[in-house]
Amino acid sequence: MNTEILINLVYVVAAVLFILGLKLLGSPATARKGNLVSSAGMFIAVVVTLLDQNIIEFQYIIVGIVIGTLIGAVVARKVEMTSMPEMVALFNGFGGLASLFVGWAALSIALVTATVINPVSAFTLITIFLSILIGGLTFTGSLLAYGKLSERISGRPFVYSGQRIVNSAILIAVVVCAGLFIQDPSDANWLYLAVALSLVLGVMFVLPIGGADMPVVISLLNSFSGIAAAAAGFAIGNILLIVAGSLVGASGIILTNIMCKAMNRSLSNVLFSGFGAVKVSSAAEIEQGEVKPMSAEDAYYVLEAATSVVVIPGYGMAVAQAQHVVKELQELLEENGAEVVYAIHPVAGRMPGHMNVLLAEADVPYDLLLEMDQINPRMETFDVAIIIGANDVVNPAAREIESSPIYGMPVINADQARTVFVLKRSMASGFAGIDNPLFFKDNTRMLFGDAKETLSNLVKSFD
Amino acid sequence: MEIVFLTFVFVLAIFLGFELINKVPSTLHTPLMSGSNAISGITLVGALVSAGSAQQEIATILGTLAVAFATINVVGGYMVTDRMLAMFKKKEGGSGK
Repeated sequence: MNTEILINLVYVVAAVLFILGLKLLGSPATARKGNLVSSAGMFIAVVVTLLDQNIIEFQYIIVGIVIGTLIGAVVARKVEMTSMPEMVALFNGFGGLASLFVGWAALSIALVTATVINPVSAFTLITIFLSILIGGLTFTGSLLAYGKLSERISGRPFVYSGQRIVNSAILIAVVVCAGLFIQDPSDANWLYLAVALSLVLGVMFVLPIGGADMPVVISLLNSFSGIAAAAAGFAIGNILLIVAGSLVGASGIILTNIMCKAMNRSLSNVLFSGFGAVKVSSAAEIEQGEVKPMSAEDAYYVLEAATSVVVIPGYGMAVAQAQHVVKELQELLEENGAEVVYAIHPVAGRMPGHMNVLLAEADVPYDLLLEMDQINPRMETFDVAIIIGANDVVNPAAREIESSPIYGMPVINADQARTVFVLKRSMASGFAGIDNPLFFKDNTRMLFGDAKETLSNLVKSFD
Repeated sequence: MEIVFLTFVFVLAIFLGFELINKVPSTLHTPLMSGSNAISGITLVGALVSAGSAQQEIATILGTLAVAFATINVVGGYMVTDRMLAMFKKKEGGSGK
């Protein structure tokens, strides 16, 4: 059998395995198997590609694979579950960079093999350019997102006037470079300029986006890394790259959409408005009042009497690494006869599903984790709502105060529980800089201090 | 004609992706992201050909770099997803449910 046919047939099998793998990811019970199926698809695709007759030397391939495997394996083993968002951001960036390199290499090979009678087609050149452009901006955008998430650089949105104009200008410049290069592929300077501009564009695109909007950005960059792979697939005429890349691209788009809906904002609003950089001018309208602090000891008496408790975690739980002690408290409450569930807002944390992974790490069964729509109708029946390091996602201003910047955002109605405990470091407002009227409600008690410490004190009270 | 064929595959795969991913519950969104990250490391397949083609120095260098970065994605992505998914458990007693 012809090797090329064999390779492509195995690619079909690999594509089927990717699809089955994603299908199995539809339930937590089969998800792990799905990941294995997907990785098997990748494995056979790589092995069969090595049969390609265009591959003459293997030494560089081996070097690349060994280096990549070592780094990948070490990172995957060492990374803390709380750092998962920055790791995913970094990997997105690597995916983008790989597509950029593949596109570029394809270009240089195509130009050498082209003849006067049989020049490189405009279609190939355009797709090569797309893989370089999308790959490049995914790379730098992801690096910046990584920096913001790991707090190596400030997570604040960076906004200046005329930002949209500058970004549009860069984009137009890239297109012009592409056009000029396709006209005359022998002048590589246009190519270098386009690569440089796409790298700049990635930075400019993530710069105005703040920490709380990171779930949207990571999802979008995830999508881009897939689309960049698909573009590279067009460039080198490889169907498997197109199929796998599109699957990832679609996945990222869906997640982006879910995240935007959960914040009641459009994608363009997230990307361009620099949420949180805007100061709230109508602060006077927000009802202020006395906050009522409570000691862990008093909180214990309330919890001991409670028969139903809902825990609402946010990014603060990740920062304080409090997931394990939350689980301890859950067990004590359950021994005490109380029902304990968790309410997870879609944008709690810094990436989609961030809280679920942390709680899974602490051995909390996933069937105790309820989504916003499941919990809100029964919120009134809960004796106690414990809010751990969440702020904007439980802010009743989203329902009550029309002038609030987050008005209309779907939130977990924690204020409707009989008693609300807010575990919070200080009275500083949430990421978005918006006051939270929840803190001043009659049924709210503030437990100030480090979330992990407060929870440990609560756990000790049960002994 | 090849252009039409590739575009056809691209469009169908996107629709398939939408159908598949819509069924993934929100509790698995982080593993979904890291897992799909690993899938996007499929660029490795393209990179292998560049790195081993021995046609041009620049293509070999770029290809080797691409192989390394894509492999980080593939190996790291699948391993960390597996690590995460191993932690997802149902309430004890409800085994096999």
